Amino acid sequence: MSLINTAPEMALTTTIDDLLNWTRKSSVWYMMFGLACCAIEMMQTGGPRADLERFGMAPRATPRVSDVIIVSGTLTLKMALRTKVLYDQMPEPKYVVSMGSCANCGGLFQLAYSVCDGVDKVIPVDVYVPGCPPRPEALTEGLVKLQEKIQQEKWLVRTGDRRTAPAGVRA
Amino acid sequence: MPLDVAGVHARLQERFGDGIGPLEGAGRNASALVEPARIADVCGVAKREPALRFDCLSNLSGVDYPKLQCIQVVYHLFSYPLRHWMVLKVNAPRDNPVVPTVSGVWQAADWQEREVFDLLGVTFTGHPDLRRILMPEDWPGHPLRKDFVEPQEYHGISTSRESLLKV
Repeated sequence: MSLINTAPEMALTTTIDDLLNWTRKSSVWYMMFGLACCAIEMMQTGGPRADLERFGMAPRATPRVSDVIIVSGTLTLKMALRTKVLYDQMPEPKYVVSMGSCANCGGLFQLAYSVCDGVDKVIPVDVYVPGCPPRPEALTEGLVKLQEKIQQEKWLVRTGDRRTAPAGVRA
Repeated sequence: MPLDVAGVHARLQERFGDGIGPLEGAGRNASALVEPARIADVCGVAKREPALRFDCLSNLSGVDYPKLQCIQVVYHLFSYPLRHWMVLKVNAPRDNPVVPTVSGVWQAADWQEREVFDLLGVTFTGHPDLRRILMPEDWPGHPLRKDFVEPQEYHGISTSRESLLKV
């Protein structure tokens, strides 16, 4: 069988995976989940100057309709359990962006008794954005990286649960 | 008429006698020790007496002194109408710190006493709602005590992290 494209010139050829991923990555809705000062930068990123809307990203007020949770700020142990609950409430496919030093590893407060040193101890993280706090440009880049990751996923091949929580975490 | 700290102290001592200890320190740092059992009465008088009129509890906090075997609760009082201030301190025994609440005198004391209870384990008798305010309900111990030992894990989340520089 010939592989020469005989379709009309105005037609577009693609794979189903690419098409699915293109639609998914173009409407990544993030949950408004501000924990500390990083949340201020997250609001700036959603604002008119950095303008996340141009990537199809809109803030959502509930985890039930969100695709990505941006953990922005210091995660206390008390909040870590609630973060796990919120993450569990999000429908698959779901992604986690860890924003700023505190969410990455506890940052400045990692020796404090009340701070969870890194959100990756509770939920699996897709993109880490360094900074204290990261500028809107940095968060935008992190989310673009997330889009690249989404674009490369293979959804026609089912391999069971794509992700599970780290072992041993109980809510 | 505003009083200086010595004036406030003299007024309180006049009223409560030995219940109020001698004035220590000077200026903003001047403070007086109060008998734990009488702190609520002293604060009530400090608020109501026309010459004192301490209508504002600026701060209520606690300090742990393991060597003295006591937990000190510190009350910063300020009078907006008379523009004078006073610092009262209460020493509670460390093994069983019990202090009467002043939340009946100032509503603002409610949450601040909950914080002192949460972080230092002082029980405020008569408090309307003495629960933890910052730490989770099931947190072990009181973290601002000097002998507090951080738990290794909390609900399966380990509380330590390897240094990234050593990896």
